[in-house]
Amino acid sequence: MELFLQSIVNSIIQGGFFALWAVGLVLIFGVMGVVNFAHGELVMIGAYTVWLLHAQNDVPFLLAVPIAIILAMMIGLLMERFLFRPNRTDPLAGLICSIGVLFILQVVAHEVGGTGPAKQVAPPFSEIIQVGEYLRIPSQRLFSLAVALSALGVLWYFLTQSKLGWALRAVALDREASALQGININRISMIAIGVGAAMAGLAGGLMAPLQNITPHMGHNVIITAFIVTIVGGVGSLSGAVAAAFIYAAFHTFVTTYFNGTIATILGLLIMVVVLIIKPTGIMGVKVSE
Amino acid sequence: MSIKNLIICIAVIAGIVTLTPFLKFQYQDLMIFLVINVLVVVSYRLVTLTGEWSLIHIVMMGVGAYASAMLSKFAGFPFWVSMPLAGLTAAGISAILCFPLFRMTQFYFLIGSFAAGEAIRLCWIYFIDPFGGSSGINNIPVPVLGDVDFYEPMPYLYMVLVVVTISLVILHRIEKSRVGLTLLAVHWKAPLAESVGVDTWKYRSLALIVGSFFVGIAGALKVHYLGVVTPHQFGIGIMVFVLIWVIVGGYATFVGPIIGVVVLTIFDQGLRASGVVDPAVQPAIYGAVLITSILFMPEGLEGLGKRFRSMAKNSNA
Repeated sequence: MELFLQSIVNSIIQGGFFALWAVGLVLIFGVMGVVNFAHGELVMIGAYTVWLLHAQNDVPFLLAVPIAIILAMMIGLLMERFLFRPNRTDPLAGLICSIGVLFILQVVAHEVGGTGPAKQVAPPFSEIIQVGEYLRIPSQRLFSLAVALSALGVLWYFLTQSKLGWALRAVALDREASALQGININRISMIAIGVGAAMAGLAGGLMAPLQNITPHMGHNVIITAFIVTIVGGVGSLSGAVAAAFIYAAFHTFVTTYFNGTIATILGLLIMVVVLIIKPTGIMGVKVSE
Repeated sequence: MSIKNLIICIAVIAGIVTLTPFLKFQYQDLMIFLVINVLVVVSYRLVTLTGEWSLIHIVMMGVGAYASAMLSKFAGFPFWVSMPLAGLTAAGISAILCFPLFRMTQFYFLIGSFAAGEAIRLCWIYFIDPFGGSSGINNIPVPVLGDVDFYEPMPYLYMVLVVVTISLVILHRIEKSRVGLTLLAVHWKAPLAESVGVDTWKYRSLALIVGSFFVGIAGALKVHYLGVVTPHQFGIGIMVFVLIWVIVGGYATFVGPIIGVVVLTIFDQGLRASGVVDPAVQPAIYGAVLITSILFMPEGLEGLGKRFRSMAKNSNA
């Protein structure tokens, strides 16, 4: 019972992170048609920034995370301006370029952090909240979940309530038609990748105290983000968020009761099955060719 | 094949055969892997002919490698039997995978092939019996033919050269045949090809299966020389290198990927030998090369050569 309750709490918190990883990927793919393979590396850069500023140089955690967000966003904007924009007609070229960025960012992290064991950040919030008899929730995790959910809420509000958000969704639906309506595609692409990269930076920054930080931590992020994106439906942000929480629950329970590798294998198989049965995902929209 | 190209091919093979014995031991090793990698990229090009970029190719190399290693070590098959069986195993598994994978195209196929490959690779890690887990299988038997054993690099290189040359000739014949032309038709005008009665699903599958067969053989060649096979030899990182070789070389022609793998291997070794850059920084240089080549030479090195030739022709005229 204790393990079961704890797993439920863990999967909700994990779901918040999965959602942050995936919405960025969905936004960038939706608006620009590019699969950003370096997305996991943006998360990794966020985590490294917090490690460097907070753990090494005593910058307050609440200041280090915004800096991580800004850094990831700037990398994202540079990628859009110099790599994705010149290759807009050829999505494969954009994907290959993002793989190049992935290599470069990993080496940068390696040079900054040096070799040796994985980096760790001491949690700035160290109290543990005792709920009832069994349940113990570290306040660091609770804080991360609250921030992640607020960020998703702000994103939802931006996309559904603001004019710019409408424009962004219009571009995702039909790029040419939006351009004909006078929507500036380049500007919208900058916003999409800016927001997506910022979410990745935020996720990385929040995760830093909860996880081992290595230059290769992005690998796990990108696999999870792919699974969540595909299962949720490539064009659908709400689908991705729903899938993030479902997959987090699945992954947490299989990891707790069986084994982490099995959890990933099953996740990948579920993704292939979804791709076969319903390529548009559980909440996907039909995209025009 | 024109007479000129035939002469070039013979000259290259003769060059490798006569010059490698004078190289240092480590470069003889490298030459073996280079020749194997040529087979990897050329077989990958066959898969990409239909316009689908698969990320499962290196995992298929692993399937061949594991099949050959297990057949020869556990079942006692000689290498000459286990190597073709390795190709057939890779072809068989990819034939099964065709059913789910080719229900998708483009982006979905890319992600689907990545997922399927990663699932296979994680199985090698998870199922310690029979795959040996993360440390894989070691002490893979060395190929023996009569009294000759292929333990030393030079005999092994000659054997690899023979196998790879035969494979390249077959792959070249396939590409220039009616089947190869149909594959290109499936790439550029899939609806039109379908309208004249071409089963695009069948041809896409055929390209994947044949490509997997040859890369499976490449995998067997690699691990019987190394003596060990592990899941980490076939990760997505290695697949990315194959993509880099093919794209930097230029995937429009048969020789493009070969040029890519040869030039980048020499570049890589040059960097390493010169000692200017820390080996840890090398992936970043690869990344920069990849980005530069996408931005400034979309047709790859091969396309660059073509551009120079046409420039020279214009200035002569």
